[in-house]
Amino acid sequence: MAYPFKHERETRVLTEAFGDPAARTIEGWKKYGGYEALRQALGMSPNDVIEVVKASGLRGRGGAGFPTGVKWSFMPKDDSRQPHYLLINADESEPGAFKDRELLRWTPHQVIEGALIGAHAIRAKHVYIYMRGEFFEPAQIVGRAIEEAYEAGIAGADMMGSGIGIDITLHIGAGAYICGEETGLMNSLEGRRGQPRIKPPFPAVMGAFSRPTTINNVETVSAVPHILRRGPEWYKSMGTEKSPGTKLFNVSGHVVRRGNYELPLGFPLKDLIYDVCGGIRDGRELKAVIPGGSSVPILAAKECDIALDYESVAAAGSMLGTASVIVMDDRTDIIRAVRRMVEFYSHESCGQCTPCREGTEWTAKIMRRIEAGEGTVEDLDTLLDVGRNMTGTTICVLSDSCAAPVASSIAKFRDEYMARMRREAPIDALTV
Amino acid sequence: MANEQTDSVTCRINGIEVTVPKGTRIIEAAEQAGIGIAHYCYHPGLSAPAMCRMCLVEVEGAPKLQPACVTTVAEGNNILTESERALESRKGTLEFYLINHPLDCPVCDKSGECRLQDFVHAEGPKHGRLLDAKVIFGQDDFGGNILYDGDRCIMCTRCVRFMREVAKDDLLGVVQRGHRSVIDTFFEQGLDDSPFHTNIIDICPVGALLDKDFLHKARVWDLDHTPSICPNCSQGCNIRIDTRDNIVQRLRPRANPDVNSYWMCDYGRHQYEWMNASDRIEAPLVRAGDRLVAQNWQPTILALLEQLKQRAGSVRVVGSPMQSNEDNGLLARLGSVLGATTPVYRSTRAADEVVLPGFPKLARRRELAANGRGLEALGFDRVGDDRGQGGVTATDVLIVLGDELADLPADFGRDASLFVYLGHRLQPAARNAHFVLPVSTFAEQEGTFTNFEGRVQRFWPALQPPPLARPAWQVLGVLLAGLDDGPAPADAANAFLRVGSHFDTFAGLTYEMIGTRGALLNEPVAIGAGGGD
Repeated sequence: MAYPFKHERETRVLTEAFGDPAARTIEGWKKYGGYEALRQALGMSPNDVIEVVKASGLRGRGGAGFPTGVKWSFMPKDDSRQPHYLLINADESEPGAFKDRELLRWTPHQVIEGALIGAHAIRAKHVYIYMRGEFFEPAQIVGRAIEEAYEAGIAGADMMGSGIGIDITLHIGAGAYICGEETGLMNSLEGRRGQPRIKPPFPAVMGAFSRPTTINNVETVSAVPHILRRGPEWYKSMGTEKSPGTKLFNVSGHVVRRGNYELPLGFPLKDLIYDVCGGIRDGRELKAVIPGGSSVPILAAKECDIALDYESVAAAGSMLGTASVIVMDDRTDIIRAVRRMVEFYSHESCGQCTPCREGTEWTAKIMRRIEAGEGTVEDLDTLLDVGRNMTGTTICVLSDSCAAPVASSIAKFRDEYMARMRREAPIDALTV
Repeated sequence: MANEQTDSVTCRINGIEVTVPKGTRIIEAAEQAGIGIAHYCYHPGLSAPAMCRMCLVEVEGAPKLQPACVTTVAEGNNILTESERALESRKGTLEFYLINHPLDCPVCDKSGECRLQDFVHAEGPKHGRLLDAKVIFGQDDFGGNILYDGDRCIMCTRCVRFMREVAKDDLLGVVQRGHRSVIDTFFEQGLDDSPFHTNIIDICPVGALLDKDFLHKARVWDLDHTPSICPNCSQGCNIRIDTRDNIVQRLRPRANPDVNSYWMCDYGRHQYEWMNASDRIEAPLVRAGDRLVAQNWQPTILALLEQLKQRAGSVRVVGSPMQSNEDNGLLARLGSVLGATTPVYRSTRAADEVVLPGFPKLARRRELAANGRGLEALGFDRVGDDRGQGGVTATDVLIVLGDELADLPADFGRDASLFVYLGHRLQPAARNAHFVLPVSTFAEQEGTFTNFEGRVQRFWPALQPPPLARPAWQVLGVLLAGLDDGPAPADAANAFLRVGSHFDTFAGLTYEMIGTRGALLNEPVAIGAGGGD
């Protein structure tokens, strides 16, 4: 089967053009109905665009799931006083997440179209696409698409003859995870250290360049053209009542077919793993799933009988996050997996808040020791205690994200930790 | 919006009700209520990044603890700084600070005035739980006066923000990130050329930034602290003189929003060794032929009074801008009682001012002495050049206070019929005096200086003078009394009142009015480049 994999249970809206290199050009994209929604939006008042998106119930796909229309409505309605900015967060760096990369690679014009509509809705005259530094290929593709859009009169002054002018700039980051946090992203965009800012003031009041700013995820704005073209009712017909629409599930780990699958929200997790992804590799048993990227609590196999929407996953004690599903089979060394995640957070902590700067590395040190079989029962208490002191005490949630997998793995796989301390289990983890 | 200034909010902090202007931050409101909130990164003279996470307090109704240094008080807030959650959070944060801290207090200069020590002692964990190796950074020389100890650093970034926001000379930065973060200069570009950089040592809450001048010199708990005024230029920065065993160990700024905010310049800070000079005049000396003979005060004063009464010819008095208003005021009074010509003084002047960009009210002024403006207000004329040399010629009767006459020839004043020298050290020209009277320096007595803008500020005695040295105002007061010009003042406060009774510019001022922030002279304020011209 050629990449990207397709499955008949998918509802392909955002991913319709995946696999078609022609869709990377304007002409190719127009065959999929491209830029019709932008023309339509430019003929509407900004408030009407916001109302349509509000009515669709679209929620932010960057992890928090905040309603997009509501977020847009926070922006000041008076466009004469100061410039507004729309930032597209393409700094996809959550371990396990690879959905935005595919959207940028296959459908750059979909992202640009959604961004321009969003900019019109919030009365911004400038869009920045902040892209992760390691995204070499997507950066080339999106850069070319922006040039094309300017040449075709779609971006820039007097877009499509509407008299409205919106500029779009591609900004390449330098590869720090924390620059995917919205205020860290703004600092990085301005040329400062990539450190999250204190809120308040919130970005809609004072964001990039001290101006009202909205930050949207790539997947969020990619859904907007479809909502405008086919109506909010159509969008609401998919997914669940509180989590409408489709979502890209980027599945990695020990499944047969890893990849991006666009499914309506509320899709059962078990079906995703065993049907869409073809089950666990080598016919092994499921051990655990991280349903929303490495920052969210781990679900043990017995907790996996859930639907994948924001509410159901939260009810199960985890978060849907970016819907980056990491599947682990029964050979997985949970301790090693968690240690690896913690090391990532320790490496990526920006270092301004003390609990995160010190706590992430301390946690990593203890995890390394436990993994090597040198841990003690007291270490588990220390880990949980350090995690508590790291949670809710910092400017952003990086330190919370570091503490979450530690606490959830200790809660759910305590036996495994204890066995390692007694040196019962072999210390030759197979694969993570 | 018109009455935004008067808009106020009322809140309760630990049950104490306070009313503060709108926009006041919790940490400031708490201070008003008499409640201290532990903090590291916050400093009232700098921006607040809210990153040390020490000042997290509970605001009833808020789901998370709030940083007191940036959260503004809202009407009806019930703020708890000592609640269980706030205490737990502080204890946890302090443990994070300690895991990589070397705990080398016994060899750390900051020990005793270290905020980490203080807060850990008060609320921190009793035992460490780190079983693994600490992160080691080592030491670095930042150039200028600064040594950096990366292991002790708690990354509050006060120093980085001082250089950026106040010195406006962005020479320090945080390099690396996460637990590898460390403060550093830019490659080989150190702090050498930045004239205010030593302030970062004062604001460093721990012993990460060390003063090369103070390195391993004294334990801070052995120091005595005396509020004073920096004598090294006419800015009049409020300072604290830290002494041990009657030796000045260091000068540190003392906050005064009207004069120097929280800062002082490096030049002023490091000009203190002269206060420790040991080659002092130790007893009154009276000429006997070619020799100066030590004598007790009483016969000296009586003999001097006799000579003053029998004086002949013109009288000249020379004052000093390193002496207090009281000293120079009574000197000028003595001059007028004796019918002297206009009193004069000499002072050194630098070519330029050195302004602190983030607080331009503060500069190292051109006049490199504390009290030039005070002397002008007392009717003195400045003579000589910018090096503080020349301009003084001998006359029949010459009375010199403080000015060492170091530039004058060895036969200066030999022909005078009466040459009285009140000073600290004996240079060749002063050896020609008929009476050499040991007086105390400003650091050894109570008194006032008048700064460049006419602000009269008090200082207190930080050192013991040599046993027989006396404040000049006391000597001059006794002489005036001997000349039937009122009673001798009993103390510095009375001497100051006496000056006020003779000079309109000082009339009505008292020590109580001056207080700790100073009071302006009774004259139109004229802010000049180098002090009173």
